[in-house]
Amino acid sequence: MLDKNLKNKIAMIFLWGNGLVTIVILALIIGYVLVKGLPAMSLEFIFTSPKGVTQSGGIFPTIIASIYVTGLSILIGAPVAVGAAIYLSEYTKEGRITQIIRFGADALAGVPSIVLGLFGLSLFVYILGLGWSMLSGALTLILMILPIIMRTTEDALQAVPNAWRQGSVGLGATKWQTIRKVVLPAATPRIMTGIVLGVGRVFGETAAVMFTAGLAINIPFLPNEPGRTMTSHLYLLATEGTSMRTAYGTALLLMGIILIFNLGARRLFGGSKVRR
Amino acid sequence: MRLKEQILEKVFLLSAFAAVVGVILVFIFVSIKGIPIIKSIGITKFIFGLDWAPTDKHYGILPLIIGSFIVTFGALLIGAPMAIGTAIFLSEIAPSQIKAIVRPAVELLAGIPSVIYGFFGLIIIVPLVRMVFGGSGFGLLTGWLVLAIMILPTIATISEDAIGAVPRSYREASYGMGATKWQTIWRVVLPACKKGLMGATILGMGRAIGETMALLMVLGNAPVVPKSLTAPASALTSIIALDMSYASGDHQVALFAMGIVLFLISFSFVGLIRLVSSRG
Repeated sequence: MLDKNLKNKIAMIFLWGNGLVTIVILALIIGYVLVKGLPAMSLEFIFTSPKGVTQSGGIFPTIIASIYVTGLSILIGAPVAVGAAIYLSEYTKEGRITQIIRFGADALAGVPSIVLGLFGLSLFVYILGLGWSMLSGALTLILMILPIIMRTTEDALQAVPNAWRQGSVGLGATKWQTIRKVVLPAATPRIMTGIVLGVGRVFGETAAVMFTAGLAINIPFLPNEPGRTMTSHLYLLATEGTSMRTAYGTALLLMGIILIFNLGARRLFGGSKVRR
Repeated sequence: MRLKEQILEKVFLLSAFAAVVGVILVFIFVSIKGIPIIKSIGITKFIFGLDWAPTDKHYGILPLIIGSFIVTFGALLIGAPMAIGTAIFLSEIAPSQIKAIVRPAVELLAGIPSVIYGFFGLIIIVPLVRMVFGGSGFGLLTGWLVLAIMILPTIATISEDAIGAVPRSYREASYGMGATKWQTIWRVVLPACKKGLMGATILGMGRAIGETMALLMVLGNAPVVPKSLTAPASALTSIIALDMSYASGDHQVALFAMGIVLFLISFSFVGLIRLVSSRG
């Protein structure tokens, strides 16, 4: 039997080592992409289209496509998700119905993104005939953000003290007036945090958009037009190995945008920790 | 006034069911496209068939199912202990200055898209494995490492929440009885948050088995049960993504049927998390 203090020392050394290894690995990922991606970065890279079969040149169309599908999916999905959270938090007590809704949200959050892609391909692209398009991609991505925003919004609403609601109702306000004038304004910063985190999540999604938004390099204007997102572009560049320089650049820009979203979500709307 | 209130309540109720409807729609429309192949070749031959060779009309997905599970459990075996170790380090040991930097960093890394992890695996870990173990560098071991790194931040952040939720008084009582820091962690803190750690690990498992892009880029995509650590392998997800770009006819239908299998696996994981977290 080892002395307990010796044992403690050994365990501490291991845990420190473990912590440091994790930090080093994670720093390595960001550092490597940063170092390799920076040389490719330029205004031209961001604002021009790919050139030739090797896909050198810029990646402007893929940036637009990524912003397009992400924006469209948030525009449609966020109000629904917030509405769902309002119902769960304000209109009902825990019971069978909320259990079903919560299980549905958890199950949806657990569906692998490639299966969402298959679903979008089946329903939107083929059956509804929307084709490979921004709309098909966005509709598919809605299923991805729905559970994320629902959960963060519900947390946000629940953090509003009950006394505020009682005060409002006591003054003669109706339920909706209370929600609109008292609960929502108080919860807005945290709701926004959830939405921005959702944006970061869908912006980096690949499998679900590859087979719904299409792979054509195109600057989409109307929602029925296809477009290749930055993530799909990175995948194709990396596996075809045609232009590693562009691949590094795309990876850096993609990572940068998502880190900015996530950092922004925390900084802008208060430091409260967000449940995932 | 009253009418407006009632309408709004109905609108919110409808929104609340969007997720439930979403799950059902996903299942229905993936099934519509996938069921025909299961009907025509039979569910046993599809699920337990050993031969995935679409060009010869062989649609057995057992090697892919096995591949998915081997990849997932390997990644979990490497990643989960490291993640929980990191969580312990962050919440029990690390000085506050280190914690202030590392914790947000780990949280941010949980948000990095899987295609970036795949890219990182492709340019760093594939050459590394090739150098150390020989072979092409694409294969099971590479998949384990990339996936382990990928699920680490997810499991670590949730585990840290669970560890942080253990009341301070537990630790104080343990120290008060003369226990060392490690004894306190091992005998008091970890048992108290066992449920949370299990939940975090299952969540990581769900993330791993559904992971597509990272695996697609590093596994080597040979649809066989891998014979060695460095031999190319495949997962359900990676084959769907790889083949969908050119598949047609029965082949495409079979890919949708694989989607049904994946859906059911992920669904049972979600059920498992419920079970674990509801048990006293």
